[in-house]
Amino acid sequence: MALEPTPRALLSPYRVLDLSDEKGFLCGKILGDMGADVIKIERPGGDPARRIGPFFRDEPDPEKSLYWFAFNTNKRGITLNIEAADGRDLFKRLVRASDFVIESHEPGTMEALGLGYPDLEKINPGVIVVSITPFGQTGPYIEKQYRATDMILWALSGAMSISGDPDRPPNQITFPHAYLHGGAEGAQAAMTALYARSVIGRGQHVDVSIQECLPMCTMNAMQFWDMYKINLPRGVYKRGAVRPDGSRLYNPWLWPCKDGWVFLMIGGGVLRPLVLSSTALAGWMAEEGAAGGLESYDWAAMDSATVTQEEIDRLRSVFGPFLMTRTMAELYEEAIKRKILLAPVNDPRGIAESPQLEARGFYVEIEHPELGATLKYCGPWAQLSHTPLAHWTRAPLIGEHNREIYEEELGLSREQTTTLEKTGVI
Amino acid sequence: MKDKWIFEGLKIVDFCTAAVGPLSMKYLADHGATVVKIESSHRPDVVRTAGPFKDAVNELDRSAWYPNYNTSKYGLALNMTRPRAKEIAWKLIEWCDVMGESFTPGTMKRWGMDYESVVRVKPDIIYYSTCQQGQYGPHAQFRGYGPHASAVAGVYHMTGWPDREPATIYGAYNDYIAPRFGTALLIAALDYRRRTGQGQYIDLSQYECGVTFMAPVVMDYFVNGRVQSRQGNRVPNAAPHGVYPCEGLDTWVAIAVTSDEEWRAFGRAAGDPAWTGDPKYQTLAGRKAHEDELDRLVETWTRLHPAEEIMRLLQAAGAPAGVVLNYENLLSDPQMTHRGHFVALEHPVIGRHHYDGLPYKLSHSPQGPRWAGPTMGQHLETICLNLLGLSEDELAEYLADEVFE
Repeated sequence: MALEPTPRALLSPYRVLDLSDEKGFLCGKILGDMGADVIKIERPGGDPARRIGPFFRDEPDPEKSLYWFAFNTNKRGITLNIEAADGRDLFKRLVRASDFVIESHEPGTMEALGLGYPDLEKINPGVIVVSITPFGQTGPYIEKQYRATDMILWALSGAMSISGDPDRPPNQITFPHAYLHGGAEGAQAAMTALYARSVIGRGQHVDVSIQECLPMCTMNAMQFWDMYKINLPRGVYKRGAVRPDGSRLYNPWLWPCKDGWVFLMIGGGVLRPLVLSSTALAGWMAEEGAAGGLESYDWAAMDSATVTQEEIDRLRSVFGPFLMTRTMAELYEEAIKRKILLAPVNDPRGIAESPQLEARGFYVEIEHPELGATLKYCGPWAQLSHTPLAHWTRAPLIGEHNREIYEEELGLSREQTTTLEKTGVI
Repeated sequence: MKDKWIFEGLKIVDFCTAAVGPLSMKYLADHGATVVKIESSHRPDVVRTAGPFKDAVNELDRSAWYPNYNTSKYGLALNMTRPRAKEIAWKLIEWCDVMGESFTPGTMKRWGMDYESVVRVKPDIIYYSTCQQGQYGPHAQFRGYGPHASAVAGVYHMTGWPDREPATIYGAYNDYIAPRFGTALLIAALDYRRRTGQGQYIDLSQYECGVTFMAPVVMDYFVNGRVQSRQGNRVPNAAPHGVYPCEGLDTWVAIAVTSDEEWRAFGRAAGDPAWTGDPKYQTLAGRKAHEDELDRLVETWTRLHPAEEIMRLLQAAGAPAGVVLNYENLLSDPQMTHRGHFVALEHPVIGRHHYDGLPYKLSHSPQGPRWAGPTMGQHLETICLNLLGLSEDELAEYLADEVFE
């Protein structure tokens, strides 16, 4: 038996100062979910991201942003103007007692304030500074001071060129994801630097480029150019795959059903799970008297490189009408049972009501006393045997923990904090 | 001078297949861990069976995709249906610090290599399991790939045009969310073990990581009962905000005007045509109220110029814009090139190709892919003789038993 109780959270000894905007919120949140003490530092008056909707009961208010809520759980919050000299001093005092700083300012901003990595390293050699920016800290786009938004980065990553329908402009995902990839990558890199610290005895600067996070998101598209000199077209899953010789079949994997859409791969050949899937679906249809001659179809013999459009059309003319007789939920239930490669195209309601997420306790309820409400949140994204992601606190109000952190933890007097409030430092 | 490789000396057995598991282990390998990737030519990693293939010949060692997800790893072919294969698997388990697998839940248990069995032999093992929907629950046994996860996690519903069926994003999109979460968790577990001596079992659900990327959308349903849907490229707080055709075939530029100041910058970049000065476009509310008309006007300007020129003019004036890069242009993008993101590596069968490096730079540690993902069983001798310490005779016996296939 251990002499001291083993901590119940993975990162409980560590403190994180989170200066970031939307580009880095998720980084701090992931560290907070794993049990680090994350302090969100906002400018006095509150972070501009509090104006991002949607809002609690559709009431625009900096204390009611669901976007802010969702990505700032498990953080405490203080206000601090790091552009003021007193604010910088306070920040440095916090850095002395911290393990991580997360920031997403334009490159050069922290340095201009005397808070760049070389400055912070001097006052705390162990500190790990994670910068999450559109293009990283150096390079031609930094020299030219190029601006980016989430969508601009999606465009500059290759991913957008193959997202959306071929007869319309390329698409972003309507709920923007690029910054979230940067934030999650920042968390991964922060942990790598933490491990490094235990080996080399010091912290380091982690320079995340969101642009660089995105090419990985499109599977083998880069290799198609690298090897075949083919730029993949948009709409592969709504039209059909590109064959090695550049030719295409019309064979969409997005299918309409009775109450929506499902993603279903139809085919065979060398990919064994696909052979089993197609066989299982045809088998189910046979039981329902709807297999249309596909009861004993030889899926393994199908070669996706040579199969004809006529053959694909014949298969589709059997599967298509059958799918239209079933709902997404009915199809999915059989797909799970029979190992068919079919999944529903969920909308937010489908996600919210997922029996799987329910069974795993993914949604957690967090009380908001000031709103007089308890809200449902996306909670633990993994299960762990010894240190579950079990601690869930709501996002901080503006300056909620100023007194707790400045007075109780940094040891400032009430008089000092009052002066700092009056001079707009906190 | 940079310090030594971060995970030098860390030993990992990687039973993972497809994307999420292998990519999680790629992070560790590209930072110096010794990662032994186990598969079998009878049951290969599915990514080996998918293209593009060298000379379009579909063979296990000819995929250009597989080597990207398995850079800096050592490869071992191990046929788990052979009676003595488990001896090798267990020697590797005893050797390692971290074990990873990404099979359908229950597979490792059937092989007697589930966490409960392993922890008896290796009490401080970090055991990393990832599958699409988690190890338990009514849908845990669902078999699907990344596109299925993207459908289930709402990505397809949220992509496309309001007047149409969902669009899709190419590839196994949801698979590229979970590795970032999972590897953060895995390394945090290693740090926890360093401090406490306690190992860990990790059950990473790719679905749950994906839904975390949609959290405000899901909360909007819970709190306000709203079912959000796809809006093309429009967002509530910017206009114009879209993708516009440029001079040339299928060339596009993304433009995001997020403030009135940026709108004035847009006007300057476009040469101040009369319409950009129209009073109704001087506020965000006005631009949003006439967005269809505004988009058509923006297009009249963009169509006359190459995408690169529009991007250059707008950025110089102070408005965010970016070329919709295809993959040919991505490989030569000046910023990506400066960062050295794509790394060209030799592969014994397919030759020299480009692979993804890490999307960040560390100030004090070396990093990055060291070699292309292995051919099937490429490192048999290194693994058996050097890592496991088998004798030449023992190796010959196992070979005679057809274990390494």
